[in-house]
Amino acid sequence: MANTIVLQVARYRPEVETEPVMQEYDVPLRDDWAVLDGLNHVKDHLDGTLSYRWSCRMGICGSCGMTVNGEPKLTCATFLTDYAPGPVRVEPLQNFPVIRDLVVELGDFMRKLPKVNPWLVREEELPVSHGEYLQTPDEVDEYKQFSMCINCMLCYAACPVYGLDPEFMGPAAIALAQRYNLDSRDQGGPDRLEVLIEPEGLWGCTFVGECTRVCPKDVDPAGAIQRYKLTAATASLKRILLPRGAR
Amino acid sequence: MSDRPAYTEFHPRWYRRPISTWWWLGKRTYLLFILRELSSLSVAWFVVFMLLLVRAVGQGDAEYQRFLDRVDHPLVVLLNLVALAFVTFHMVTWFNLTPQAMVIRAGGRRVRPSWIMVSQYVAWLIVSAFVVWLLVGA
Amino acid sequence: MSSRSAQRKSRPPVEPFLWLGFTSGGVLAALFAPILLFLFGIAFPLGWIDPPDREHLLAVVSNPVAVVVMFVVLSLGLLHAAHRFRYTLYDGLRMQHLNELIAMLCYGGAVLGSVASAYVLLTMA
Repeated sequence: MANTIVLQVARYRPEVETEPVMQEYDVPLRDDWAVLDGLNHVKDHLDGTLSYRWSCRMGICGSCGMTVNGEPKLTCATFLTDYAPGPVRVEPLQNFPVIRDLVVELGDFMRKLPKVNPWLVREEELPVSHGEYLQTPDEVDEYKQFSMCINCMLCYAACPVYGLDPEFMGPAAIALAQRYNLDSRDQGGPDRLEVLIEPEGLWGCTFVGECTRVCPKDVDPAGAIQRYKLTAATASLKRILLPRGAR
Repeated sequence: MSDRPAYTEFHPRWYRRPISTWWWLGKRTYLLFILRELSSLSVAWFVVFMLLLVRAVGQGDAEYQRFLDRVDHPLVVLLNLVALAFVTFHMVTWFNLTPQAMVIRAGGRRVRPSWIMVSQYVAWLIVSAFVVWLLVGA
Repeated sequence: MSSRSAQRKSRPPVEPFLWLGFTSGGVLAALFAPILLFLFGIAFPLGWIDPPDREHLLAVVSNPVAVVVMFVVLSLGLLHAAHRFRYTLYDGLRMQHLNELIAMLCYGGAVLGSVASAYVLLTMA
């Protein structure tokens, strides 16, 4: 095996360019190096002007999402040897505006997330004297998978609906709403439904399933959204058929 | 929705990659998705085909025979072959995705996803057998 | 539940019902379309199986239960196809600007087709 590999990295410097250009770097090909290690090598030794986000380098912070050979990946969890002999094409995460080089603007998601009330909503807070809200292991299992989201945005990069229609709420936001809907301590379901029952909420999703395929934490946002669609549809049915509601 | 950030004079220019109309040719999974969605045309043809059949049956022996003759044409057979392939693709993708889309509980426990999938195929076999018996058997 | 939700827009959203129709149509299409297309499109024309004679078919399709089942399968199948095709045009061919026109054509087509189905099924006895 050769001991170097070529990284083709998208560079975008708005002060000099109107479009991204590719730039090649030779980085060492080590068994234990991820694409992120290659980028760090570039920044430390070859080209200090390269801009990109990273933090924990162990797949939990969600900062290092980029497009590697056309697929959304966490660069800290994607190993160079899997692409040998290369070259490895590293581009910014798809479906987001590029600020510079590999850094994308995530404001759209940041504005959408609070809209689904991603926190426990109670009609009435129980007094402190009541103690903790207790949950059985089964109640935890109901929502645990959807709580694993690290907001890495790979699902938004993979989702063609989000790419085509930026008004779409998107996989992670809806899956997080579902995480709270399924939490036995939560009572905020109806309010979340008000937001997500709009055409750009739940119904924009056409179950492509790409989000689930690329999710590094096995959250299965597609499954969460389809389950939510059924809940929302039956809630709408009930509202029509039983206006005074069995509540 | 006016909550987009306002551009100030020195705000850097963000690059937005344009998405082509042929975006779905870019990845195998996208192509399969679009083909799955296009199976809707075959479902529509199935409905039209059934209506033509029922109408021919209702109108008399000559009409029915004429229908059977028209259906025998190689181009029509080809059309129906393509439609059959697409509706089968619809059926398989639909049955395989249902367990992901639905959590069914029986006796307080979650029904295993593989059982949800298999039970749909069993239902399909039963319906198909019934239709064959209804039309050809007896 | 909260009075806040009751005060918000009172017009019922239509998407949930379209989706329910899409889902049920999808299940029915998956169950009935393959075998019927196989029989009437391939097996009978190519002589693999003898086609039923007209009297037998007429008896089957005139049966009231059969009429109801067929109407449900055909109209929900059309709704399923209309819903899916509408989203395919919207996303696949990027026709967002024609959204309302496409929705009208697709669902309108499904409604017309259902009316036609009812007419054919009921006037055939």
